[in-house]
Amino acid sequence: MIRLTEEQKITLDMVRKVAEREIAPRAKELDEKSLFPEHALDLFSELGLLNPLLPAEYGGAGMGMLTLVLVLEEIARVCASTALLLIAQTDGMLPIVHGGGAGLKEKFLRRLGGNSRLLTALGATEPSAGSDLLAMKSRAVRKGEQYVINGQKCFITNGSVADLIVVYAYTDPGRRAKGISAFVVEKGTPGLIYGRNESKMGMRGSVNSELFFEEMKVPAENRIGEEGDGFANLMKTLSMNRVFCAAQAVGIAQGALDEATRHARERVQFGKPIAEQPVIQSMVADMATAVEAARLLTREAAARFDEGDAGGGALFGGMAKTFASDTAMRVTTDSVQILGGYGYMKDHSVERMMRDAKLTQIYTGTNQITRLVTGRSLLLP
Amino acid sequence: MFSETEELGMLSDTVRRAAREKIAPLAASIDEKGEFNREVAALCWDLGLMTLTFPPRHGGMERNQGTALCLAVEEIARHCASSSLLLIIQAVSTFPILHGGRPELLEKLLPRMVEKRELAAYLVTEPSAGSDVGAIRTTAARDGGEFVLDGTKCFATNGAVASVYTVLARTSPSGGHDGLSFFLVERDSPGLSVGRVEKKLGQRGSNTAEVILDGVRVPAGNLLGEEGKGFLLAMKDFDMSRPAVGAQALGIAEGALEEMLRYAQQRKTFGKPLCEHQMIRQILADSAILVEASRGLVYRAARLFDEGRRNTKLASMAKVFASDAAMKITTDAVQVFGGYGYMRDFPVERMFRDAKLTQIFEGANQIQRLVIAREILKETAI
Repeated sequence: MIRLTEEQKITLDMVRKVAEREIAPRAKELDEKSLFPEHALDLFSELGLLNPLLPAEYGGAGMGMLTLVLVLEEIARVCASTALLLIAQTDGMLPIVHGGGAGLKEKFLRRLGGNSRLLTALGATEPSAGSDLLAMKSRAVRKGEQYVINGQKCFITNGSVADLIVVYAYTDPGRRAKGISAFVVEKGTPGLIYGRNESKMGMRGSVNSELFFEEMKVPAENRIGEEGDGFANLMKTLSMNRVFCAAQAVGIAQGALDEATRHARERVQFGKPIAEQPVIQSMVADMATAVEAARLLTREAAARFDEGDAGGGALFGGMAKTFASDTAMRVTTDSVQILGGYGYMKDHSVERMMRDAKLTQIYTGTNQITRLVTGRSLLLP
Repeated sequence: MFSETEELGMLSDTVRRAAREKIAPLAASIDEKGEFNREVAALCWDLGLMTLTFPPRHGGMERNQGTALCLAVEEIARHCASSSLLLIIQAVSTFPILHGGRPELLEKLLPRMVEKRELAAYLVTEPSAGSDVGAIRTTAARDGGEFVLDGTKCFATNGAVASVYTVLARTSPSGGHDGLSFFLVERDSPGLSVGRVEKKLGQRGSNTAEVILDGVRVPAGNLLGEEGKGFLLAMKDFDMSRPAVGAQALGIAEGALEEMLRYAQQRKTFGKPLCEHQMIRQILADSAILVEASRGLVYRAARLFDEGRRNTKLASMAKVFASDAAMKITTDAVQVFGGYGYMRDFPVERMFRDAKLTQIFEGANQIQRLVIAREILKETAI
């Protein structure tokens, strides 16, 4: 059982209030007009939430995984797109934090400290390399003190708005996983070309972009770690990212459950609130049980990372991601059901939550992949 | 596809071709615009699909009307659920007219509807009366040779584009299911106005609107069926419409399965097509099992209806099973497509949104299960 520290309780309370007051009222509009949550960017930078896992020595918030998980859940409860902004931001920083040399950290991490509004992104996915990341085609060729990168990325969260993008490319395709390297690419780098921003089913307040690299020259000093370190570095980030995805899914599910509960108490059919119907009670019981189980698993994964148990964190993180996202999908679908015809209409937020939930089953490793990863680490350690 | 007669086979082939060639290319833009499409409505009239359940001399099928409706709905729903909803709503809304209208009313109305290609809408649901039809507050008060209707109806499919409405209203204050009666109300009746048009998660090409009745006067001859027996007429209507909703869900599921099968054979991951991975094969197999089981239930329920036998239990089973299956299959189809499935460029995300409605309308699945249990308990009463 995970008990929160006083500090975590204070953070949770603060974020919950801010989410209710500042983020919830904008959620519908962001979804409807597919707008980037500019207001949240300001808010996060003011509150010191825009660099959650950046160590304090670089001016970051230096919070632990568990605290970040609490923050993400509260934000996702009212607006999943806004939570995704923060997740992508963390994804873009972690590879540098984990794998960057002292010089690289000094060069980039310090810029992200304090109340910096700079955004980051992580560029790994390509049209032919989704779950199968080793199928990526982007190439980086060293020429003197530079790398020349050619290729393309897709679905990159924060892609076209990021100031720094961590880009993965093969430096030695023959070596497969050991031949991928990671680079920090700054906005405005010649040869970095923005394609379209995708029109999505849900999470419509998040920017997902196509990126093209045409003879893009990146200083060799922007390489993260050594040549060939990229894939291992990416796996480390993804193993943590799955916990964030799980927290986001728990938040979405909780938000939908809150709506369903409120509606069930207010809606009168057959002479009494539908909350008094055993069918509805049973549905809400199943939904709440799943949400609590998903929350516990997610916090357990985060706590393991915080304790320095990266292996346990990755195992529990994979399970948490699969379970929490499946829970979010089911709970949101059932919330629409409890609201009935009203739930299907855009005036109520449960239909948005149902669309948002679907992404959590897909990104940072589809649930088919996360199941395989979990199964293999249990069966073939 | 399910067709035991040549007539039904021909219908099914014709609709399949038309849906593939003429409706499928429009489906994405219909969804995006969220507007009723007159081109599709015209096509359905051309093919005779808007009158499938009418008497034969007014354009209906000679026999097997319920099955014919299901076949046409299924074939269209494979490509565009919104368009198939048009057929269901036309059949549902005209049911009280066809089965409760006086002969002189039908003789006047039906030729006109066919000639002018008029749409009907079903005004039953109210803000406080969804699953609980007995909570209807709209009233119809007799005033000499007329009834005066007052109330607000919501979520009426075709609400803003229909020419005729079948309205369920309270004719006696007894409360509950008794004392409800159906009326035929013309669109141009003074006092009838269309309120807000809803924005929905899916089936966005269908028009869903609020209709307000403010002192609307109709001749007593527009009473459909017996006074006070409207609820029973609505229940009979469900025996026809629930298999049709099942057929819509079946069509959506088949559409999603087709998309999944095509993509799984084209997309390569880890050096082989997706369909070579066991995980994906499990999904394909489960989807296909659910599709075939849905088909069995839907057409069994429709056949019983056509034979004039009691089908309430099977109609509800078909609706629940096929709609739950459609929700699961479309959710999995998006999953098989991965990131691409989440993008609006591929039709599976639309199918996912469309499927959800089938679990809700014509009686939420929670209500259907209660109906099924009631029926089987009646059958096995000790």
